[in-house]
Amino acid sequence: MGNRCAVIGVGQTRYTTKRRDVSIAGLVREAAIRALDDAGLTFADIDAVVIGKAPDLFEGVMMPEAYLADALGAAGKPMMRVHTAGSVGGSTALVGASLVQGGVHDRVLVVAFEKQSESNATWALSTHLPFGASLVVGAGGYFAPHIREYMRRSGAPDHIGALVAVKDRRNALKNPYAHLRIPGIDRAMVESTPMLWEPIRYLETCPSSDGACAIVLSSEKAVTGTPAWIHGTAMRSEPLMRAGRDTVSPRAGKDCAADVYRQAGISDPRRDIDVAEVYVPFSWYEPMWLENLGFAPENEGWKLTEAGCTALDGDIPWNASGGVLSSNPIGASGLIRFAEAALQVRGMAGEHQVDGAATALGHAYGGGAQFFAMWIVGSEKP
Amino acid sequence: MREVAIVAFAQTVHTGHDTGLTEAEMLHPVIEEVRRTTGLTTFGFTCSGSCDYLAGAPFSFVSALDALGAWPPISESHVEMDGAFALYEAWVRLQHGDIDSALVYGFGKSSTGDLRQIMTLQLDPYYLAPLGLDQVSYAALQAAALGGDRGALDEIVRRSRADGRANPHALDLPDPSGDGYEVEPLRPYDIAPITDGAAAVVLAAGDLARELAENPAYIGGIAHRIEPHYLGMRDLARSPSAADAARAAGVGKGPVDVAELHVQFSHEEIILREALELPEGTVINPSGGPLAANPVMATGLIRVGEAARRILDGRARRAVAHASSGPCLQHNLVTVLESAAESPEGADRG
Repeated sequence: MGNRCAVIGVGQTRYTTKRRDVSIAGLVREAAIRALDDAGLTFADIDAVVIGKAPDLFEGVMMPEAYLADALGAAGKPMMRVHTAGSVGGSTALVGASLVQGGVHDRVLVVAFEKQSESNATWALSTHLPFGASLVVGAGGYFAPHIREYMRRSGAPDHIGALVAVKDRRNALKNPYAHLRIPGIDRAMVESTPMLWEPIRYLETCPSSDGACAIVLSSEKAVTGTPAWIHGTAMRSEPLMRAGRDTVSPRAGKDCAADVYRQAGISDPRRDIDVAEVYVPFSWYEPMWLENLGFAPENEGWKLTEAGCTALDGDIPWNASGGVLSSNPIGASGLIRFAEAALQVRGMAGEHQVDGAATALGHAYGGGAQFFAMWIVGSEKP
Repeated sequence: MREVAIVAFAQTVHTGHDTGLTEAEMLHPVIEEVRRTTGLTTFGFTCSGSCDYLAGAPFSFVSALDALGAWPPISESHVEMDGAFALYEAWVRLQHGDIDSALVYGFGKSSTGDLRQIMTLQLDPYYLAPLGLDQVSYAALQAAALGGDRGALDEIVRRSRADGRANPHALDLPDPSGDGYEVEPLRPYDIAPITDGAAAVVLAAGDLARELAENPAYIGGIAHRIEPHYLGMRDLARSPSAADAARAAGVGKGPVDVAELHVQFSHEEIILREALELPEGTVINPSGGPLAANPVMATGLIRVGEAARRILDGRARRAVAHASSGPCLQHNLVTVLESAAESPEGADRG
């Protein structure tokens, strides 16, 4: 894992449907300056900048790191651009951490963003002929069959998805940066909304958001303020078209979790982890990832959700921030998970703080549930 | 820093037209070639570079995983940049010390779109892109700012194309001729050709490097720098980011037998040669360079591979590779490659 590395600053923008008041540069700079302020630093203290986002077609700017170098104070420094589909926010944090762990730099600024209002997400996410048959169904249409297969295998009752949707949106009411704020949301409200891609109803999907998230990473000797120490990092990818791969509980996710748990000395994730920020863009992915990440035995993840174990006051809170279901600037969504995990162990998560959180999981996935990025952060040095 | 070396390099026979292969089909043979060369079937880390906008479709890198046959699942990442920057990320990852090998690749088919217009989309979308300034036009601004001698520029193109004709992977392009302008002062032959292609490199650390290659090409230093985006904020006749990267990588710490430079327009060779402070006797782009084959997103990685190849086969002891990104050489990466006889110490921290 290399040298010790810590998160010493976190900055987020208030996630919303359309940020008409700022340019793309203004958006990323807002998050970057908040992260630097949190760390008590300025751009001059930063050695390198790593930026991540989902497909460039979202904003229509090709390789935007060239344009954003000035806004992020990168001129004269090294700058990298990461793109690993939906997992990119998590991967971007890991690429930034790698620079510190490899002993190359002492302080790295990591930024991820999406300004989805600039374009149309379903178009930007769809491949067309001659590259592939165009289903024009977007992410929801792609993942719905995987969810139905999960329901068939596990025998989970139909209402589990609605429970996740309610729980995450209630958490979002405690997070000042969250996009969707739906006071009074309950199961009946979720179940009254239109069916988009069976079994996913309108309120069981993530929103399209404009937003950016930034973190400052530091070597041990350059730490300022309150650090969240990185205890493990892992990435795994598997081929989209491999016959026989299990898209419901992908092996890449299991292997990635096993790797990051081994580094962090976690043998029982439900017991050893205090809070998890997990990429759940559609409600049913909570029970599915509970199993894939080893928090529950196969086919029993839904029982944890149903029993309230993943609620803010449960024994293993998942997505205390409101998660991807409440805020989804796609390219940043993974980094927000990683940053929220860091905020929890720094004790700086505000109203959605999990009391005494000392160990947290940040998780992101992307592509056809084939790219995974994870880290474990803790309040104590590894 | 930990000793890391290039132990294998493969590239496609690049073409100036679409051969009907998908990107994954184009990539597959070069991955297989570096696997055969090294005998490695799996790698501690994999990193690639490609760009969605070349095909005009998202997720160019996703189908590449099918070409790799990434099973069991692999530790992998991707940069939306030239493959040379993926190599930098892999070099950093090898510094952690827990893995000993990495696979790096880059690929692109610029034949399928209008590269000149597509590159406009990497400009500031509010103030620059709407002006419609295309890639050749902004390169022409830089060429004009430099005011390079016409005879010297013609000689750069003549030499590059002749070397390219001798390189089985590069295009067969004739000696430059004609006096028309594409965009003044650039003549059509000053511009790198539209090319499809892919390349792959294997990095190995420590003992594994010595096991896999007789003469590993050790990375003596590697560093990159970006500079301001706005062309008006820069002295386009110079490349301070390339100069800074070269100093950080330690180019000047020894002789340079060979330099492979990411020259997409003839005048860039003059700017880069000065920025990197290359000695008089350094052989520039013996492969023909990008003026003889420019598979965008692999071109920079090929520079590293071509420089390394000359150390791997014993023809050079110390070589420099340069890769670039962004309009008018905005972002530059410099790698110093050394044979074991040269000191691998003094690798810079980048």
